[in-house]
Amino acid sequence: MAFLKRLLLGEQGLLVIFVVAFAAVSIFVPSFLTERNMLGLFQSVVTIGIVACTMMFCLASRDFDLSVGSIVAFTGMVAVMASNASGSIVIGLITALACGTFVGFVNGVIIAKLRINALITTLATMQIVRGLALISSDGRAVGINDPGFYQLALSRFLGIPTPIWIMVALFCVFGFVLNRSVFGRNTLAIGGNPEASRLAGVNVDGMRIWIFTIQGLVCAVAGILLASRITSGQPNAATGLELSAISACVLGGVSLAGGRAAMTGVIVGVLILGIAENAMNLLNIQAFYQYLVRGLILLLAVLLDNVRSTGLGRK
Amino acid sequence: MADFLSFSHMSKTYPGVKALSDVSFGVGKGSVHGLIGENGAGKSTLIRILSGDTAADTGEIAIDGVTQHFSSTRDAFAAGVVVVHQELQLVPGLTVAENLRLGRFPNRAGIIDFRSLKAEVNRRLQEIGLSIDADTKVARLSLGERQMIEIAKAIMLDARIIALDEPTSSLSSQESEVLFRIIGELSAAGKVIIYISHRLDEIFRLCDGCTVLRDGKLAAHHPSMAEVTRDSLVAEMVGREISDIWGWRGRPAGEVRLKVEGITGAKLPRPIDFEARAGEIVGFFGLVGSGRSELMRLVYGADPRHSGKVAIDGADSSGASPRRSIREGLVLCSEDRKFDGIVQGLSVGENIVISARRHFSPFGVLSLRREADTAAEFIRQLRIRTPSARQNIVNLSGGNQQKVLLARWLAETGVKVLIVDEPTRGIDVGAKAEIYELLYHLAEKGLAIVVVSSELPEVMGISDRILVMCEGRIAARYDRAQFNEHAILASALPDRTAGEPNKKAS
Repeated sequence: MAFLKRLLLGEQGLLVIFVVAFAAVSIFVPSFLTERNMLGLFQSVVTIGIVACTMMFCLASRDFDLSVGSIVAFTGMVAVMASNASGSIVIGLITALACGTFVGFVNGVIIAKLRINALITTLATMQIVRGLALISSDGRAVGINDPGFYQLALSRFLGIPTPIWIMVALFCVFGFVLNRSVFGRNTLAIGGNPEASRLAGVNVDGMRIWIFTIQGLVCAVAGILLASRITSGQPNAATGLELSAISACVLGGVSLAGGRAAMTGVIVGVLILGIAENAMNLLNIQAFYQYLVRGLILLLAVLLDNVRSTGLGRK
Repeated sequence: MADFLSFSHMSKTYPGVKALSDVSFGVGKGSVHGLIGENGAGKSTLIRILSGDTAADTGEIAIDGVTQHFSSTRDAFAAGVVVVHQELQLVPGLTVAENLRLGRFPNRAGIIDFRSLKAEVNRRLQEIGLSIDADTKVARLSLGERQMIEIAKAIMLDARIIALDEPTSSLSSQESEVLFRIIGELSAAGKVIIYISHRLDEIFRLCDGCTVLRDGKLAAHHPSMAEVTRDSLVAEMVGREISDIWGWRGRPAGEVRLKVEGITGAKLPRPIDFEARAGEIVGFFGLVGSGRSELMRLVYGADPRHSGKVAIDGADSSGASPRRSIREGLVLCSEDRKFDGIVQGLSVGENIVISARRHFSPFGVLSLRREADTAAEFIRQLRIRTPSARQNIVNLSGGNQQKVLLARWLAETGVKVLIVDEPTRGIDVGAKAEIYELLYHLAEKGLAIVVVSSELPEVMGISDRILVMCEGRIAARYDRAQFNEHAILASALPDRTAGEPNKKAS
């Protein structure tokens, strides 16, 4: 019992739970542990996984970003429309990346320089950007003219679809940035103690602007891949993504109070959400129940985290 | 010798407060200079300007003859000025090494060179004589260790001028010795040290000279400590005689209003009894951690009781919740004003009526008129210095905030027992005297008052009786005639040699 407690409440508690859950699902859900299903699972978490990378930085610095879902939809839209209009996929992609970066930059400037609460700012940009996506497409899905665009999502390398490679690459990059770079350590510092960081000469405003800008850029990457996978720009795509991404981070032990984050945790958080959804699909459970289950998982994860941190506090 | 660091005609005004007015003085190279004054005298403001955290309205800082224009802490670093703040500025989730080089990580293209970071930090820590590993997370360090890290941070910046704000407040005496040694080495190396402390013995021991601020003005500047005595410094700080700020006067004690019997709780396993009579001021003295505040929270019902009874005017107050206690006439003015006292952002008036308003709000609808009257009444009665009842409470001085808190409970009808925990923490002498006067006045009106304080002169100055707490029990009880500084302090100190608690007077 004590051993179990230590295992679950230790540093790697979440990982242990993940492994157990994965094993259980593999045994009890038929056709879960097949190559086909695994690839499908990974592909289904590409969007949320990519966005969670930078959401982690945002939360670690004590900020918040609700606009990610809208940015993903908008940049996907832009990528398709700009490609169609210019006849060049490259121009389309660059335009989309620039748009995402710009929205993130605007978020950052408003939050850091004009000192508007991040929740309010991104709540506003979330609606503004969603509005832009709807206006530019007149509310309809926009089809892709150049079949080359599909190839982004369809192409494979070593038998694994490109989007998965991109997600894994981003996991590695942001994991490295968080742990090994000045940027990453400063992010944790401004989340852990903003005043101390400011007095130590960290450019706190600059950091926050960068974090949101990068978040915008990464959302654009997710948006492009999503548009390619669903073969069109959908103005209503990725609704609710902001909450899923935050859930994944919180599941992974990122503190909403800032100052605490780990890439491995976030990856596990993303996979837990993906597995829950995937297993329920395989078991033909009605999609409506998935909301219920996702909510319960999130609640359990934060309760566990709470027990863990009070346990540590007593030591 | 020309001064290495000089302040000339520094002034700074905050809304409603002239924090600094026309302060000029200079400090020579390689000297340790004390900066003293009461709370609110302007020391912190001066230091904040020096650190580049805030700008002076007028006046100039010159270092080595060069006038400085700091617009941020980065500018001050660049000029070699580092301030070690009293509130520690460390990031708990990062390691010691990361904290020490925060803002200046050794890196190549943004990628931190952890190996050289660790090596450098370990070497510097060793030089300073600290045995803390660079990889330890700051969250795992003790308060004293964190303080030393904070000071190491300043040293690692190769500062020319280091200002230390109350550096020993959380250090043990051994740690303080290490700090004093480091300060000696720094000044021998030609650094200027500005040393802010309330502990005058440290000022005399360390400093080559000192400057006294009072009410934002320069009260005295001593380039050397030769002619200075402890008494002369105190006189300069206070600007008046402080022989009797207590103004205690006798009162007849009446019936027992508060009777606590056999109370125990999670942090106080041993049963405690005490009582307080009408018109009586009972002082609770004890060292930090002796269980004073915990006892009061149990009595008030803020923490769950395990056993015991609290009776008010003979009636058993069985319900152990703050709500119940307030209804039965027992109120607690807590220790931490900022944390669980004042409601920041609300006006002075709102803060006064926040509890009492339910008595004159039929069906929950506020009576603005009565609230305004009540607030105005108490602002007048307690002489709360505020431009109006609508002023935001955060703009008031500590002493006036404390008065607002007292007013909050006095506005409650039917208060019989008032418990005040550290009523004068962080407020200046003048305001203290007014708070004491207020407590006497309330006692004369028949309240039983319990005052908890860690300042022995204060407890002795204002109490009719003193109960001394030590390690979760009442170690001794004294009547006013028996008050003796030495004896009271002795009974507050844990006695590890004797097996049984030594009973003094009972």
